[in-house]
Amino acid sequence: MVTCEPPKKSLPYCSDTASLHGGCRAFLVFPGLKMLSAQNFGESGKMKEYHYTGPVEHRFSPYAFNGGTVLAVAGEDFAIVASDTRLSEGYSIHSRDSPKCYKLTDTTVIGCSGFHGDCLTLTKIIDARLKMYKHSNTKTMTSGAIAAMLSTILYGRRFFPYYVYNIIGGLDEQGKGAVYSFDPVGSYQRDTYKAGGSASAMLQPLLDNQIGFKNMEGVEHVPLSKEKAVQLVKDVFISAAERDVYTGDALRICIITKEGIQEQNIPLRKD
Amino acid sequence: TTIQEFAVPVGEEPSGFLKSCNTEGGARFELHHGTTTLAFKFKHGVIVAVDSRASAGNYISTGEYNKVIEINPYLLGTMSGSAADCKYWERLLAKECRLYRLRNNHRISVAAASKLLCNMMLGYRGMGLSVGSMICGWDKEGPGVYYVDDNGTRLSGRMFSTGSGNSYAYGVLDSGYKEDMTVEEAYELGRRGIAHATHRDSYSGGVVNLYHIKEDGWIKVCKDDVSELIHHYKKGMF
Repeated sequence: MVTCEPPKKSLPYCSDTASLHGGCRAFLVFPGLKMLSAQNFGESGKMKEYHYTGPVEHRFSPYAFNGGTVLAVAGEDFAIVASDTRLSEGYSIHSRDSPKCYKLTDTTVIGCSGFHGDCLTLTKIIDARLKMYKHSNTKTMTSGAIAAMLSTILYGRRFFPYYVYNIIGGLDEQGKGAVYSFDPVGSYQRDTYKAGGSASAMLQPLLDNQIGFKNMEGVEHVPLSKEKAVQLVKDVFISAAERDVYTGDALRICIITKEGIQEQNIPLRKD
Repeated sequence: TTIQEFAVPVGEEPSGFLKSCNTEGGARFELHHGTTTLAFKFKHGVIVAVDSRASAGNYISTGEYNKVIEINPYLLGTMSGSAADCKYWERLLAKECRLYRLRNNHRISVAAASKLLCNMMLGYRGMGLSVGSMICGWDKEGPGVYYVDDNGTRLSGRMFSTGSGNSYAYGVLDSGYKEDMTVEEAYELGRRGIAHATHRDSYSGGVVNLYHIKEDGWIKVCKDDVSELIHHYKKGMF
């Protein structure tokens, strides 16, 4: 018995986003068209068979991956949110000065990496909601409240998500450091430290070892001081820039204490 | 009350849209997933035990995710499947339970709470939600455990286990369960069920969060690291 796949219902869309305003042109490659090029010749010099499966459909993707890594660490009375400043797409770098940390309130900073368009829209929406809250309640939103609100904002797009990996860092009502990490549809929880973005899988184990003292036996669990935490973040990003193509150029660190938010810029590898 | 609206992609079926994004090599949506949870009734109440691993594709995003939502001092909800879906809908359920208490001046029953969640799931059936939850509590009828999932299934029973590691947990529970267990034996059974499931299922792990629901409310019994438990059980076997 032979079964075949049902044909795709949707219409072919433009794969080239730049020409959208002119109207959709459908790209269909018809079988029978042979392109003569060096790749079509095999080692012996004879023409290779070029197989087509039929008409090829190109679809418009509403998302792009712009790279970048974000990291947040919570201490006893401080929080650090750091991000690299490279904005890339595919093999190109769009900008070397596009930090991914956004200041929300005097005690909260959010780091967003993923699709830059969605990061911008999401931070605009959060700013608007913060203003609305301030006008209705005559007080600033706390870090925990911002995190809970962001979870519902993200879930409101459960079926057409924001392609953003968020990490919020700030001080809670008691003045202790707090870090909240999210997935693209709003699942979140409070952490002590978290890495997100393209190099997250490389950085998180290093943080687990240095801050969480995991995989180490017989070591005294020393709480992290602010100076040590900043130095650790710098070292960790230098390592990330060595091994991840989407991370590099410069590092923006935001240190949140009860005195306010202090920013530092450190150069990283530009290659 | 304002009604939450959900944005949907234009001209696309929602559950197929995210899957199609994942195959294109551009935006890969890895959402937090995977679990083992279990709950069973016995003579002295209800035991609820969950693991704590949240995985996003092949990456373990966190080893300490809290998969039990404390709805009120007498009701607990467990989460398995998609973390965001469970968290959101069970938070909404907690809000509805609180409103019920304020409007009717008595606490909502476990059957009614689970039915509220079941109807929320039915409203979005077929759209790609992934929820496997157990609503457990103690009300006027006594201890209650209800299994609710994203298809709208709602089952009352004595023992359930959900998630990717559920079959391993069922094996341990079925072999060790007795209606008249002591409280300590029940705690150990719940711990063992999760520990052995995390040992064999790669998407479960972390710590065992154990709760006991009694007539006067629930208590959190313990939070044990799974690797230590396994070493403890297998002592002498290596």
